[in-house]
Amino acid sequence: MNLAMKDLRRQRLSFSATALGLGLLFAIVLAMGGIYRGLVEDATLLVDHMNADLWVVQRDTRGPFAERSTVPPGLEDRLRAQAGVASARSFSTATIQRAVGGRSLRMSVVGLSWPEDKGQSLPLVAGRPLRDPHREVLADRSLWLALGQNLPLGDETFTVVGLTKGMLSSGGDGCVFATELDARGILAWQAPEARRLEREGRLSRLALTELDSLSNQDRLKDERFLPPTLAPAPANAVLVYLRPGASLDSVRQGLETWPDVTVYTAQAQRDLLLKGVVEKSKKQIGLFRALLSVVSGIVVTLILYNMTVAKTHDIALLKLLGARSSVVVKLVLHQGLLLGAMGYGFALAIAKVVFPLFPRRVVLGPGEFIGVGLLVFVLVTLASAAGILRALRIPPTLILAG
Amino acid sequence: MEALRAENLYKTYGHGDTEVKALRGVSMVAHPGEVVALLGPSGSGKSTLLTGLGLLNPPERGVIELMGQRVLEDGRAQGDLAALRRSRIGFVFQKSNLIPFLSVHENVRLILTLNDRFGADTHARAQELLEYLGVGHRTGHFPEELSGGEQQRVAIARALAPAPPVILADEPTAALDSQRGRAVMELFRKVAREQGTAVVVVTHDHRTLDVFDTIYEMEDGVLRKVERTA
Ligand SMILES: Nc1ncnc2c1ncn2[C@@H]1O[C@H](COP(=O)(O)OP(=O)(O)O)[C@@H](O)[C@H]1O
Ligand SMILES: [Mg+2]
Repeated sequence: MNLAMKDLRRQRLSFSATALGLGLLFAIVLAMGGIYRGLVEDATLLVDHMNADLWVVQRDTRGPFAERSTVPPGLEDRLRAQAGVASARSFSTATIQRAVGGRSLRMSVVGLSWPEDKGQSLPLVAGRPLRDPHREVLADRSLWLALGQNLPLGDETFTVVGLTKGMLSSGGDGCVFATELDARGILAWQAPEARRLEREGRLSRLALTELDSLSNQDRLKDERFLPPTLAPAPANAVLVYLRPGASLDSVRQGLETWPDVTVYTAQAQRDLLLKGVVEKSKKQIGLFRALLSVVSGIVVTLILYNMTVAKTHDIALLKLLGARSSVVVKLVLHQGLLLGAMGYGFALAIAKVVFPLFPRRVVLGPGEFIGVGLLVFVLVTLASAAGILRALRIPPTLILAG
Repeated sequence: MEALRAENLYKTYGHGDTEVKALRGVSMVAHPGEVVALLGPSGSGKSTLLTGLGLLNPPERGVIELMGQRVLEDGRAQGDLAALRRSRIGFVFQKSNLIPFLSVHENVRLILTLNDRFGADTHARAQELLEYLGVGHRTGHFPEELSGGEQQRVAIARALAPAPPVILADEPTAALDSQRGRAVMELFRKVAREQGTAVVVVTHDHRTLDVFDTIYEMEDGVLRKVERTA
């Protein structure tokens, strides 16, 4: 005869409600872990996806993700000429915030090097890769853009031809993929007024130099004119892919002697991202999680303790009737374990149903489930111990007191 | 052999100013099949004696024997008192003291389970006892659905279940009207006669004394056997 179950059958509803409440708490503990793992995965997503051997960025910067970097034109070609380099491609990315269809949309624009990369290796869930090097984009579905939707960015209007899944920047913004040149155009775009001011600034600076001449002044009046010293919008980085068998270290050491660039391996780039973006979140989330675990522990303990106190009379009676201590221990422990199991079950259900609706990815692996499951087990066992200690102290003679 | 035997029991509560000598050299015996009444004014020490005999509240001096086995001597347990309680002693109290979350049938079966008896024969035994005590039709109900008299019958069935040599009852009819109270007392007599159990009952009700074989009276911690006049 399982006394714990017999006791619970008369309070099924309140017990289930309690378990559900605990389940919510456990679900948040789970979510915390999943959100952190999501942050880590999102942070390195682009680096991983680009799968380059080396990231070449502006000298002494930690670009292109952690810090703004611009590389000189022609760097791509200089790199291609290096021994051991199979290919090199310019890469540009930045997060912009623009009004689209009446809402303010934060997106991370990423350049794909046409024609090798049309986005065919991206996780497309709708539409197709790029077919035209100009005015086509692939957008992540987290941006809630529709296939075929027009996306005015800068002076151009782009068409969304494909939707990706789970492609987020390290900041959690959905990615928009355009060809590298389009991406640079989007990122370098300035409002007409800004351009007018820039032109005036140039004119006034020009007036201070010996280059000042009527013809130069007239040239600068054309807003499309760029003085020869100002190149087209630069790329943020160049990705280098090595030939099979080439030594990563020797190529990198060769490049490090160049005066205008800094070179990172993919792993170093990943570390930069994790350090910059994730480190603080990790502490924040970790502390919050620890706090939540403590709160859950206190809640479970109070619940089980109160359930034991509510049964004080029955426990005294059991002892009076000569029940072994183990009978009393099991009565409390079974209920504690059941509460934990049900709560965890609810947490799993919540994780399955609710987490996918979160705006940022919640990544849960078996380790996470097992870890939180163990945590729950330890919590309810400790909490039961509190109830058990109380139960064992109940004197059987309590019954006689009236 | 006596089912129950107590010799020279002393029990003191508190100390100094608040000291109460609840038992002062109490001796008594109860034989198998005998129904014993314990009379006495409130505060005279009846419950102290009963809980002492029930191994719940051991007297600090004296000897208690169950079926010839010494179980308590000068406050020291001779064996596992809880085990003795669940197998050798049946308890009935003023309030029924059934487990509220167990059905009537489960309440009776519980005491068998505590004695490591499981299986179909425990079901049969519980049902048989409940029928014997006239509450066989209530087996599936919960205690709160029963009247006070029915609850006491279930409590007696529970006390009987492990076939203990001794049943101890502390004012079991105090919460019942006189008619139902009498019925319960007569049940004790029937149980004693038919099961060979020694039954010790604390009571205030002088109208039911005819049911008992032996009457003791307690006063200020001293027990005296009452010689019957009638
Ligand atoms: N747990 C206790 N602590 C202190 N005094 C007690 C306790 N139980 C009983 N007493 C005292 O012992 C005396 C006998 O009490 P009790 O055995 O309950 O008498 P009765 O059952 O005859 O009314 C009373 O004076 C009572 O106040
Ligand atoms: Mg009393």
